[in-house]
Amino acid sequence: MAVEALVNKIIPFSSVDGPGNRTAVFLQGCNFDCRYCHNPETIHLCVSCGLCVEKCPTGALSWTDEPEDLREVRHRDGEERERGRLRPGYVRYDAAKCVLCDACIGNCPHGSSPRITHMTAEAVMKQVRRQMPYIRGITVSGGECTRQRDFLVGLFTLARAEGLDCLLDSNGTLDFSKDPELLAVTDGVMLDIKAFDAADHRLVTGHDNAMVLQNARYLASLGKLPEIRTVIVPGLFDGEESVRRTAGFLAPYLKAGAIRYKLIRYRPMGVRAQYAAHPTPDLAFMERLKRMVCEMGFTAVIA
Amino acid sequence: MREISMERVEQIRQDIYGTITSLTMTHEQKLTAMCNHADSLMEVLDLPEGLDELLNVPIEKKCICDLNEGHAPMRPRYIVPDYGKLMRDGCEFLKLDPPKDLQEALNALLIFYKHVPSVTNYPVFIGNLDQLIEPFLEGVDDETAFKAIRLFMMHIDRTIVDSFCHADIGPKPTRAGLLIMKAEAELEDATPNLTMRYDPEITSDEFALAGVDCALHSAKPSFANHKMFSSELGENYAIASCYNGLLIGGGSYTLCRLILNHIADRADSIEQFKKETLPYVLDIMARYMDARIKFMVEESNFFEYSFLVKEGFISKERFSAMYGLVGLAECVNTLFEKEGKEGRFGHNEEANQLGVEIMDIIEAFNNAHENPYCLGTGKRFLLHAQVGLAEDICTSPGTRIPIGEEPKELIDHLRVLEKFHKYFPSGTGDIFPIDITVHNNPEYVLDIVKGSFKEGIRYLSFYRGDSDVIRVTGYLVKRSEMEKLDRGEAVLQNTTGLGLGSAKYGKILERKVR
Ligand code: SF4
Ligand code: SF4
Repeated sequence: MAVEALVNKIIPFSSVDGPGNRTAVFLQGCNFDCRYCHNPETIHLCVSCGLCVEKCPTGALSWTDEPEDLREVRHRDGEERERGRLRPGYVRYDAAKCVLCDACIGNCPHGSSPRITHMTAEAVMKQVRRQMPYIRGITVSGGECTRQRDFLVGLFTLARAEGLDCLLDSNGTLDFSKDPELLAVTDGVMLDIKAFDAADHRLVTGHDNAMVLQNARYLASLGKLPEIRTVIVPGLFDGEESVRRTAGFLAPYLKAGAIRYKLIRYRPMGVRAQYAAHPTPDLAFMERLKRMVCEMGFTAVIA
Repeated sequence: MREISMERVEQIRQDIYGTITSLTMTHEQKLTAMCNHADSLMEVLDLPEGLDELLNVPIEKKCICDLNEGHAPMRPRYIVPDYGKLMRDGCEFLKLDPPKDLQEALNALLIFYKHVPSVTNYPVFIGNLDQLIEPFLEGVDDETAFKAIRLFMMHIDRTIVDSFCHADIGPKPTRAGLLIMKAEAELEDATPNLTMRYDPEITSDEFALAGVDCALHSAKPSFANHKMFSSELGENYAIASCYNGLLIGGGSYTLCRLILNHIADRADSIEQFKKETLPYVLDIMARYMDARIKFMVEESNFFEYSFLVKEGFISKERFSAMYGLVGLAECVNTLFEKEGKEGRFGHNEEANQLGVEIMDIIEAFNNAHENPYCLGTGKRFLLHAQVGLAEDICTSPGTRIPIGEEPKELIDHLRVLEKFHKYFPSGTGDIFPIDITVHNNPEYVLDIVKGSFKEGIRYLSFYRGDSDVIRVTGYLVKRSEMEKLDRGEAVLQNTTGLGLGSAKYGKILERKVR
């Protein structure tokens, strides 16, 4: 049976997920828990507790007893499904009735979303084809998409056969040097480098960053690191220091391929209430960071 | 010449008085209006029977509209001079020698522009500007060239006070083109309108991306599908006025338009509309245009006295006429409602298909109708998706999907355009306000242009969602100037008033931002 992925959403035309116009595919589930996550509903998998069903104003969510109908996938967090269900059964989502009011997401106690579709690589590719020839490529993002790497290999193999350029967006916890099969079909990885200092990184994400940096260096040396990103959050960690050290760390590899440094201004919008207290960094500060990394040979944008 | 009633004379006298005493018109605008009042006293055309009840009725019933071209046309509506000839040979009538350097070239052009008439009394085409200027840039450093070009562009904006004035650049990348775009991005002026003729095999990405960047500052240039236009009109074509494809060295005698939704109102069923109602109006409008053209060519003496003709800047052999239409979306929706069918134009496959069938009928009619004076285009009119008038209510331009009803995803919107752009060699276009984040990624817009042109889309415009210069329907206005006019102050550009009407009735400020 073809591998299925948990797809949170597909954005047909995206201007912010890599160069040019791309179809962006967002997969559900992440192994980080970043404080400033702007899509916290993509972090965890739905456990079918059913709390959101009655919050839905349009009846887009309902109970079903047929897991086959949902084609439930075996995923690593399978055991989560046993937690706190209102009744046996599964929550079914009907996209046709959904008005995207986000009431379900807002009321989910598990940091998840019921609006997840199970799709094979071919099913996703079918949706990508609708945008051809208007797009130059696809980007798979998340969540953390490498947690569903079998699906990625399948999708990228199909997409490349049709001339599309394939990027993935990752937090860098999968050891890319050990996955040549995935890398062979990936044109580039856009990596989040949340913080250069290990302690800062742990504070932001709950995890160590040794693997992230190892990946950054490995990918940069192959010329497969088109973009790195750092979200600048005043008061959470020293953004300037982190950016300087990250750029210094990667500068020797620029000859293998250009790297764009995307400097993202933290904005509280969409962030979970308990973490939303930080201010947005001012533009002059961001411009200074931009100049700094440009002088080190990167192209840079402020987002 | 036929007589007219004293009541009509009295009405026109009232209108003249209104113009004289107006507080919101400039002197030049008043002169143009006075000219139109005088013309409206004339009755010289040999009009087809049945025209009156389709043309001279209140706007909500009108099926044919002649866009205020007047009763006794004394010049073609759009004139597209061969400015290359001016560069090569100079102009005897204007006592201009062939220019030898950049200053002389720009000066010759500015002088010439003052003598190119059109329906607006201002030139609607001012040249394939970068190609005209490029030879004179040899040996001129960037700073000097930029200053000269910037002043030239500013001069045009302040003296040709009508945004239907259009310049073209491309498809070949030029230094002049880059400097023109740099000046326009900086000036953020409404005039001239600007088009980049784009062909991925000729135009470099660098040149095209400079275009995108300029468009996000100043709402121009728009992008024209060069392959498509040149396959229909030949290499020697221009994009003039709003987005009108016409032959260089010629132009368009006239432009009339079908108001398709009002024609649909007269039918009882889709079948009747296709078989009787529409063909009846198509025929009358074609014969009306024939009558206008006949007067212009045979009686007005324009082609006998104009120095443009005498010296060969234009010739009858390069002229055509534009057979226009508006309101296809509302036409389809009206017909669907009459038959109790679900679905609307732009969203429902069957509704879109009916749109295609209607266009096929119009195209077949036009291919069969011969006009002896449209010598530039095989004695045929060119179909044109007209951009609308400020007073159009509930009638969308050409074949556009109504503002407020755009499909949620841009891709679905583009898939509808693909079906319709091919019908209109003399122009159609769609407009997309773009989210500011694209500033970091101009390739995003370029990818959309590249894809569109592969899929048979003809012409696209983009502007930044929060830009001061915005595209109304085909022409540009400044938001700040519309606000001035709305407060009752006189403004320089004629088109600001049209823009204000469109903002109020056409909802142009409510377009879906992409
Ligand atoms: S989305 Fe959240 S609230 Fe809804 S069923 Fe899944 S876990 Fe429960
Ligand atoms: S976003 Fe959709 S599924 Fe969720 S509550 Fe709203 S309508 Fe229901």
